[in-house]
Amino acid sequence: MSDLALGASSAVAMPAHRTIVYNEDIVKKFVIATMFWGVVAFLVGVVLAAQLAWPELNLGISFTNFGRLRPVHTSAGIFAFGGSALIGTSFYVVQRTCRARLFGGEALANFIFWGYQFFIVMAALSYVMGFSQGQEYAEPEWHLDVWLTIIWVLYAVVFIGTVVMREEPHIYVANWFYMAFILTIAVLHIGNNIAMPVSIFTAKSYNIASGVQNAMIQWWYGHNAVGFFLTAGFLGMMYYFIPKAANRPVYSYRLSIVHFWSLIFMYIWAGPHHLHWTALPDWTQTLGMAFSVMLWMPSWGGMINGIMTLSGAWDKLRTDPGLRFSVTAVGFYGMSTFEGPVMSVRDVNALSHYTDWGIGHVHSGTLGWVAFITFGALYYLVPVLWQRQRLYSVRMVSWHYWIATLGIVFYITSMWVAGIMQGLMWRAYDAFGFLQYSFAESVSAVHPYYVIRLTGGLFFLIGMLFMVCNLILTVRSPTTERPEVLPAGVAVAGE
Amino acid sequence: MFIRHETLEKNAFLFLLLTLLTIAIGGIVEVIPLFTIETTVEPVKGVRPYSPLESRGRDIYVREGCYVCHSQMIRALRDEVERYGHYSLAAESMYDHPFQWGSKRIGPDLARVGGKYSSEWHYAHLTNAQSVVPESLMPHYAFLADTPLDTDDLVNRLKAQRTVGVPYTDEDIANALADLRTQADPSADNTALLKRYPKAVTVPGNSTAPTEMDALVAYLQVLGTMVDFADPANEKLRQ
Repeated sequence: MSDLALGASSAVAMPAHRTIVYNEDIVKKFVIATMFWGVVAFLVGVVLAAQLAWPELNLGISFTNFGRLRPVHTSAGIFAFGGSALIGTSFYVVQRTCRARLFGGEALANFIFWGYQFFIVMAALSYVMGFSQGQEYAEPEWHLDVWLTIIWVLYAVVFIGTVVMREEPHIYVANWFYMAFILTIAVLHIGNNIAMPVSIFTAKSYNIASGVQNAMIQWWYGHNAVGFFLTAGFLGMMYYFIPKAANRPVYSYRLSIVHFWSLIFMYIWAGPHHLHWTALPDWTQTLGMAFSVMLWMPSWGGMINGIMTLSGAWDKLRTDPGLRFSVTAVGFYGMSTFEGPVMSVRDVNALSHYTDWGIGHVHSGTLGWVAFITFGALYYLVPVLWQRQRLYSVRMVSWHYWIATLGIVFYITSMWVAGIMQGLMWRAYDAFGFLQYSFAESVSAVHPYYVIRLTGGLFFLIGMLFMVCNLILTVRSPTTERPEVLPAGVAVAGE
Repeated sequence: MFIRHETLEKNAFLFLLLTLLTIAIGGIVEVIPLFTIETTVEPVKGVRPYSPLESRGRDIYVREGCYVCHSQMIRALRDEVERYGHYSLAAESMYDHPFQWGSKRIGPDLARVGGKYSSEWHYAHLTNAQSVVPESLMPHYAFLADTPLDTDDLVNRLKAQRTVGVPYTDEDIANALADLRTQADPSADNTALLKRYPKAVTVPGNSTAPTEMDALVAYLQVLGTMVDFADPANEKLRQ
């Protein structure tokens, strides 16, 4: 059992009796896609932030209006950047921790890659052209939903197939999270997208559910896109790359079991906290709130397990800036998973809902946790995958780290202030018992904070560009060459 | 019953099966009863399917992503009720496929925007929001006034909605195109339209070739107006 707790390094105990040729080509493809979509997602985010500060930037053209670009930003961030990072790292992790080559062959893996990229490009184009289901984070129309279902099932087959064909007796903890992510996203995607097309040739459909039931199903989906796409999947990433970079076993095997099962059980219930005080029945709201508050514990279980893995290796935070990203990510994860339960309490939600506080909360999770844990993994992966001795510039990683962190701080603090201010202005009464502010007054009041938020987003984008330059130079520059290079894609078992 | 976790770690399919069961419970408990408990959506007098023009306007609303900045859900809180009107009832969105309750108010709530402004105001506001509300962050939607409304698949759209539960009658569908044109023509006789769709607001549009903006305004003008809260039949809904 302790073998498993040792995690990725457990295999070291095994004799390196044969070589396995891993499929690393597919991981490289996803790594490149992750970097590309990261730039796109952050860039569109910066454009949207600028539009909110100066609405003239909408340009009055249908294609560039905020309403059509916003899904491009969310889909590019979650599904393109996050999704490529998850599929790519999952393919890397599952092969190494199972000591098995990716199941299904190269052609299938490549089909998944190109099929997924095709989905993303088509989805983004369709939003801009004016096709949308009108449900947040589930905007692609029915034909793209069908396509994604096919790709996702193939992805599940490849991943689970590799787990089944493993040589390692135990399934490593990172793979539990990846499997829960793959399975649950399939269930959520199908459950939320059952719709009646206008005709077989029309990219327009009407969801089978309406009103209150549609709202509940949408937020069952929406919140668990957070819970399983942006949390469980990235926890899988955490459970491989932090122990690996720190060269330490996972802090507690028992804690990983407890927090895995409690996390996946409780997350599913949390959706109704998006619908407090609405026409959704009170009993559902109360259940959602109770489970959201309880969710704090398994979330912090994961945080503790991630951070405490550094026990005995804290010095690496100074020397390995990639690891610094990963550990800061877990810190942000802990912070947003505390903020989330607070906001899910009905009386807090009365103030915070519909305001920019929600936007700030989401970005402390997506920028601080999702993007940072991905950056940590990329800084680890690129030298390994491209057989380089080291990163091109460690200093540049430090620049990336500090400018991105500063960007997040600008972003979330400005949104806290803006959000709480909006909430308070909307409910303020004057001495005569009338509402004190018009809605328009609350709009102009937040303008300075929208400019600060834009600055934060811009910083984050600049940091990303540092990383892209650094990683390209890592692959290209002669200074990072390894003295003796193994043939591409070959790794000694147990390494 | 006690399963050693080690057993799960050595059997991928058992692990996946237990994961599936674990994630299924919450969804089943929260979603299924909403379809079976009758009081989830209490019937309210006045709620009707959208007229053809309103329904097409709603399609535009969905397409343009209006929901990313505007909610359509007045919460049961004192300040919201005073700002926007009676809190939203479940029945008021029972024909909304998909629901458009939204989650962010960059602009104000629109659940009861119908009748609050004149149709002329809406045309001016959609064309250039800052011309009527200087603080507004809203993009300009002038292009909607230049785009003729596509009515070719109108019948298919209504039929698709009927499939998912909107009670359009055969008569409604047979008269769809005529009703759509009537609602965009203030000089037309709208008796039949109002009989099928009470409170439908006729917009000063282009009756021969209604534009997308005509449809959107017709939709905005019906929002939140279907239920008459002064009607004694809706007495128990009074705040």
